[in-house]
Amino acid sequence: MKDLAIAANGLRKSYRDKVVLDGIDLTVPQGTVFALLGPNGAGKTTTVQILSTLIAADGGTVQIAGFDLARQPDDVRGAIGVTGQYSAVDKLLTGEENLLLMADLHHLSRKDGKRKAAELLERFDLVDAAGKTAATYSGGMQRRLDLAMTLVGDPRLIFLDEPTTGLDPRSRRSMWQIVRELVASGVTIFLTTQYLEEADELADRIALLDHGRLIAEGTAEELKRLIPGGHVSLRFTDDDTLKDALGTLGRGFVDPSDDDRLTLQVPSDGGVAALRELLTRLDAAGIEPADLSVHTPDLDDVFLTLTGQKQETNR
Amino acid sequence: MSTLALAARDSSTMIRRQLKRLIRYPSMTIQLVATPVILLLVFVYVFGGTLGAGLGGGRGAYVDYVVPGILLMAVATAATGTAVMVASDMTEGIIARLRTMRIWRPSILTGHVVGAVIQQLLGMAVLIGVALVMGFDPKATAVEWLATAGLLTLFVVAITWLAVALGLKAQTPESASNAPMPLILLPFLGSGFVPTDSMPTALRWFAEYQPFTPIMETVRGLLLGTPIGNSAAIATAWCAGIAVVSYLWAKNTFNKA
Repeated sequence: MKDLAIAANGLRKSYRDKVVLDGIDLTVPQGTVFALLGPNGAGKTTTVQILSTLIAADGGTVQIAGFDLARQPDDVRGAIGVTGQYSAVDKLLTGEENLLLMADLHHLSRKDGKRKAAELLERFDLVDAAGKTAATYSGGMQRRLDLAMTLVGDPRLIFLDEPTTGLDPRSRRSMWQIVRELVASGVTIFLTTQYLEEADELADRIALLDHGRLIAEGTAEELKRLIPGGHVSLRFTDDDTLKDALGTLGRGFVDPSDDDRLTLQVPSDGGVAALRELLTRLDAAGIEPADLSVHTPDLDDVFLTLTGQKQETNR
Repeated sequence: MSTLALAARDSSTMIRRQLKRLIRYPSMTIQLVATPVILLLVFVYVFGGTLGAGLGGGRGAYVDYVVPGILLMAVATAATGTAVMVASDMTEGIIARLRTMRIWRPSILTGHVVGAVIQQLLGMAVLIGVALVMGFDPKATAVEWLATAGLLTLFVVAITWLAVALGLKAQTPESASNAPMPLILLPFLGSGFVPTDSMPTALRWFAEYQPFTPIMETVRGLLLGTPIGNSAAIATAWCAGIAVVSYLWAKNTFNKA
């Protein structure tokens, strides 16, 4: 248990008779990125609020950084940093004052606080805006300041609740880069997102949350293999070889998007065993494809299949 | 760090935050200082001639009589501003962040209280200054002035904690602005603007036993030499009681939310 950043068992939360979390289990090893993925209203923010000591769960046990969430909330608070969905900056204070406020609350000395603030302003590209009140910042700048404030206390575990919601693509990419740097320095990240691409880009493990239940968990690759729809593309040098291959395998169709009509798509889950079997059969028939590529379904397919939702409502 | 040292350090940090915010957003302070001054002008120059005659003096006598009432009214009015400020602060993400940090939690509220107290003492100083220009003629010694300042500060602290609790209890800044309303009426339903013995029996009974009356009577006695009797003790007890109950109420509400 010691090297787990988060260990939650049977987490429950209801508001009146509306069940928001219906018994979820989470295991996040230290130094990894865990993404909780789900549509609006799935219970992502509630999960973060419980894990970050903001609200109490109705049931279940949680250990955060080795501390019991219910009995040692202050020790948990000392170990974590939270960047919420809505920017948690004081809009009437300047960027630098916001950082110094955090430094004071972490009881850094005046000198250390100043140094830390300067360092973070530099790192988050906020030096020019340091003296302006946060109310004048753009969405991306507020989000960067928000994360910078979280980092003042050097937390070992950081919760990022929808860190890129509402950001333009450029700000999103720069936020991703920041997250990757944090991970490289050994920090554990618990991330919620409604963007599949984001989970795919950043997370070691992904859990799909829908209506307060975890409906799937694993690496992005594992999740993609959960559903059918993948295929292997085989490219051949001439039409005859393609026909031989089709005859040998007994299934597949010519990829209509290839103008030369020399690519065969064979339905497959993309796993190693299936690939080996396919190649063995081609080999036995003396057929050598010129090129081979595996197409697993992307997370969008997984998500939509598992949650049974229309694509547009997730965006 | 011991709890006490932690409390002191975090409170001073949050007080600095609040003072910076007040300086950056001065319209609230200006309004808090200006409103009682306008009330004083209205009461003295519009109603003061007639009301002063009823007291057996004139406009000049009424300035002396009404200043303690306006002072308390200023505090009650400011409570509305404090409640709104707390309620709107609670809706900001920054408070959620502070709740997830290992800090002395009441410091978040202490910042608001100390900021508001400073703001209101400033307002009272301006008000007394204007009253002096208008002919307010206190007879108080330095010790009596100090006692007045002490009692009024205690009163401001009590009402401000009450305003913080009401602000926390309110779901929105809009409803927070209504909650302290009854406080504004209390100087009227007491000895703030006219002596209580001119009121009908039921109202007079309420006026004599509500907390604002002994406070106004004590301030009046200290500044103008009217008899104080047991008002000072009752006033202090009311202020201390309101302060303690409101502090606990605010702390509880904040921890539960």
